[in-house]
Amino acid sequence: MTKCGVSVLTTGDEDEVSSCYEEHEWGKNRVKGREKEREKKKRGNARKKGASRAGRGDEELEERAERGEKGRRRRKRDNHDGKGRERDEEEQAEEKSGRAQEERDTEEGDAKRKKKNESAKREEKKEDGGKRAVKEKANAVKTKKHKKKSSEEEDVEEEEEEEKEKELRPESLSPEELEKLKEAVDEKKKLIQTLRGKPWPMKKKLSTLRESQEFLEKYEGALGKGKGRRLYAYKVMMTKKWMKFQRDFENFKTACIPWEMKIKEIESHFGSSVASYFIFLRWMYGINMILFGLTFGLVMVPEALMGRPYGSMPRKTVPRADEASAMDFAVLWDFGGYAQYSVLFYGYYNNQRAIGWLKFRMPLSYFLVGVGTVAYSYMVVIRTMARNANESGGGDDNSFNFSWKMFTSWDYLIGNPETADNKFASITTSFKEAILEEQESRKDDNIHLTRFLRVLANFLVMCCLAGSGYLIYFVVRRSQKFALDGLDNHSWWERNEVNMVMSLLGMFCPMLFDVISTLENYHPRIALQWQLGRIFALFLGNLYTFIIALMDEINLKRKEEEIVKFNMTVWEASLYNGTVPENSTAPPVTIHPADVPRGPCWETMVGQEFVRLIISDTMTTYITLLIGDFLRAVLVRFLNYCWCWDLEAGFPSYSEFDVSGNVLGLIFNQGMIWMGAFYAPCLPALNVLRLHVSMYLQCWAVMCCNVPQERVFKASGSNNFYMAMLLVILFLSTLPAIYTIVTIPPSFDCGPFSGKSRMFDVIQETLESDFPAWFSKVFSYASNPGLVLPFLLLMVLAIYYLQSTSKSFKEANVELKKKLQMARKAMTQAAEQQSNNNASPQAQKGEARSFLWWSEIGSSGIHGKKKKKKETFRALCKDLNVLL
Amino acid sequence: VLFYDCTYFTRKEILRLFYRYRDLAPQLVPLDYTNQPDVKLPYELIGSMPELKDNPFRQRIAEVFSEDGEGNMTLDDFLDMFSVLSEMAPRDLKAYYAFKIYDFNNDDFICKSDLEKTLNKLTRNELTEDEVRMVCEKVMDEADLDNDGRLSLEDFQHMIVRAPDFLSTFHIRI
Repeated sequence: MTKCGVSVLTTGDEDEVSSCYEEHEWGKNRVKGREKEREKKKRGNARKKGASRAGRGDEELEERAERGEKGRRRRKRDNHDGKGRERDEEEQAEEKSGRAQEERDTEEGDAKRKKKNESAKREEKKEDGGKRAVKEKANAVKTKKHKKKSSEEEDVEEEEEEEKEKELRPESLSPEELEKLKEAVDEKKKLIQTLRGKPWPMKKKLSTLRESQEFLEKYEGALGKGKGRRLYAYKVMMTKKWMKFQRDFENFKTACIPWEMKIKEIESHFGSSVASYFIFLRWMYGINMILFGLTFGLVMVPEALMGRPYGSMPRKTVPRADEASAMDFAVLWDFGGYAQYSVLFYGYYNNQRAIGWLKFRMPLSYFLVGVGTVAYSYMVVIRTMARNANESGGGDDNSFNFSWKMFTSWDYLIGNPETADNKFASITTSFKEAILEEQESRKDDNIHLTRFLRVLANFLVMCCLAGSGYLIYFVVRRSQKFALDGLDNHSWWERNEVNMVMSLLGMFCPMLFDVISTLENYHPRIALQWQLGRIFALFLGNLYTFIIALMDEINLKRKEEEIVKFNMTVWEASLYNGTVPENSTAPPVTIHPADVPRGPCWETMVGQEFVRLIISDTMTTYITLLIGDFLRAVLVRFLNYCWCWDLEAGFPSYSEFDVSGNVLGLIFNQGMIWMGAFYAPCLPALNVLRLHVSMYLQCWAVMCCNVPQERVFKASGSNNFYMAMLLVILFLSTLPAIYTIVTIPPSFDCGPFSGKSRMFDVIQETLESDFPAWFSKVFSYASNPGLVLPFLLLMVLAIYYLQSTSKSFKEANVELKKKLQMARKAMTQAAEQQSNNNASPQAQKGEARSFLWWSEIGSSGIHGKKKKKKETFRALCKDLNVLL
Repeated sequence: VLFYDCTYFTRKEILRLFYRYRDLAPQLVPLDYTNQPDVKLPYELIGSMPELKDNPFRQRIAEVFSEDGEGNMTLDDFLDMFSVLSEMAPRDLKAYYAFKIYDFNNDDFICKSDLEKTLNKLTRNELTEDEVRMVCEKVMDEADLDNDGRLSLEDFQHMIVRAPDFLSTFHIRI
């Protein structure tokens, strides 16, 4: 068996192993049969004893393992000096066990009538066996006497075989025994599943595993009767196959996780906090992959394949005036020209209800993908948050401060001497801090000064925020003026002003905040949170100013559109008048679509703005990475040889990896994607590209030019913090998108919803024309206020109920904690008393401890429940959001 | 794969671990494990792995997981060690082994001397005597539920399963 197991390591072929395994198995079966049977009986007994023995389960298992080994040894011996002795031993053992069983049976017999019946039957059987045993014993004795008498030996063997066949044949087993057998098999299975969680040395695990696998192999086939037996065997086979498949699938799955090795390497160099950024990046990449799949597969590809080709209608053609410059790189880089009139943007899509031979409902699909993107993102973020919250296990109390510092502060991942040095230093300082805090209980010196400084700092930060907001608003306004003048007569700076200003603000304001926060004199962790919150506010303010400016622009464009619409009718009329006299049969088809006047199409404009923003943001990120990290590292490294002070240790030194800033950048980037994805279906694709590149670039940059952090930033606590920010951003970024979708009528001559008064009319249209009449009727009933309002009310009530229950759970938790402390005190007193009385303190202590554990279990159980409630609560909130 | 059910690894990982093990001493470990040779790697080799090199508790880890208690490991011990320290291992199992690691004198209790040793290893002896003593007292105060002056396994588990960082820091990626 060992051979088989380990040979895998070298040959690596699972099938071979299993076949080898089976062979081995069948060889052994016969020999082991009796032993197993006995074991099983014993186990049946044990189960009858039930709950009281549950605690001793482990011991039993160990025992069994030992016995198994003994058995194997015995078998080996067996080959050398015949079976006689072995049988002797076995019989004795059986007799013994039989007697023990009888005793147990009588103990329990009167308690349960049914069981009594059972046990009686078994006793009968036992007696039978006992008789046989006696006979055999005699035989065995004989064999001992006449060792050479082969006929006798044959006799014994024959008998043995008979017996074994009997045992192996399932028909001979009574139903109860079958039942028991089944239970035993199940138990073994469970054992195999939980084996890896057992704190045993590997050797024992292996032997136990072999043992129980053998048991399974043997008895699984023997279970069931007749028809049922075949079914059972089939079932067993299928579960085996399924297990194997699952195992393979798991192997496959872990092989498929991208960048695992890279992240592991980084983790071992920089500790878990830096790695947490990369894991977050990877997670984001996964989400964007799915969003990309949705938009690409359901919107862009169908339109490109089945929609009308380029140049067939005005909205799909570059206007005559721009044709000359449509292929210029500068224009394309700005996503104008041919890029603007392609599947990348909203305006290109046609309002034809169904396209191609598949009758693909393009407008409907467009709308649903837009909604689905948002819904999916909500779902994923909330699910991940709930999971993280469950994992962290709610260790928010401070009762084990020092112990945790002592036992969990070392990060076992660290595999780099430099990081290790930093870690040692930070652990030492954290201990010193804790000691100081413990020693002096809140010595508040000059609280007025700190308070004043803090207020001042916050005032300064507010000024910064307001200033940056105004700057952006101003710039966007100016750029609109430039746009009205026409882009050609302005410099590059004037054209890209908005994006550049936003990026620059995002770069320099955090530094300013950093300087300001030194005024405040907070604890580092709190300071970090303030810093994060401020940067968050800055980004958010910038984004919203940008959106408000965009809204202004949208309104402008819509006014323009009105005018164009009016002109259009005039133009059409004139065209009509002009063509009629010449040829009355041909409608004005001769007009090239590029010459048709058209509206400004604000949706495409919004999409373009977002795409430009993303591009410039990405560029700034990469450039700061290259200059701030790479160039700095290069300079420090090579100028160090000829400089008057030590550059590596002194002022510039190498840069640290800024986890929080990077995470914030990522989150805001994602927010912009969510906001703009409806108007520019290409955004998720762009983002996937960006994330992919930044994964490699940042991995490289971290490994080659950053030094490990000195500041301790706990990885586990921050994960949900990131997620919470992501959720906020998601909510804030879907708000304007939904607002525009719901309130502003779409442009009249571009996009999939042109000609409708609102974008969501597409749903109604589909209901009316694609579904049977009764369906739309039902829908209209369901959507009338009389039904919706009570439903909303119900939801609000449910939320209220869940919240109050979770509150009460929390209270119960606190209560239990109090009780725990009381118990501790009581226990201490009891122990003291006991020691005074000089009696055995063990019993009482055990009692108190068990009480402690019970209350603990209770509290943890409540905790788990609370978490679940919270999850449902969050899900409900999400539903509400969507509904509203 | 028999190891599969005993560890938290996939087959590929087990193979990789085997190669890592072998790379530590190619002249000692045979490639062919079919007839189960009795090979042990001395602690000096195990402790020089990059994953363990900088760990202040590396000697304890090796001692706890090795069968002879001296830090000399067979392949089984080696796999066992990284299985427990992998991400997939459950809290309780990790807590059990963490307890063993911090229990320097192997008496199944973490007593004051163990705590002091742990602390000195963590801070590289940079705390003064008084500080060390005070921290140890605080730890005892917090975690010792039955007030017998030492931490039993139950005390330790009770404390450690509530620690927010325990799972994220008590693992080694390989």
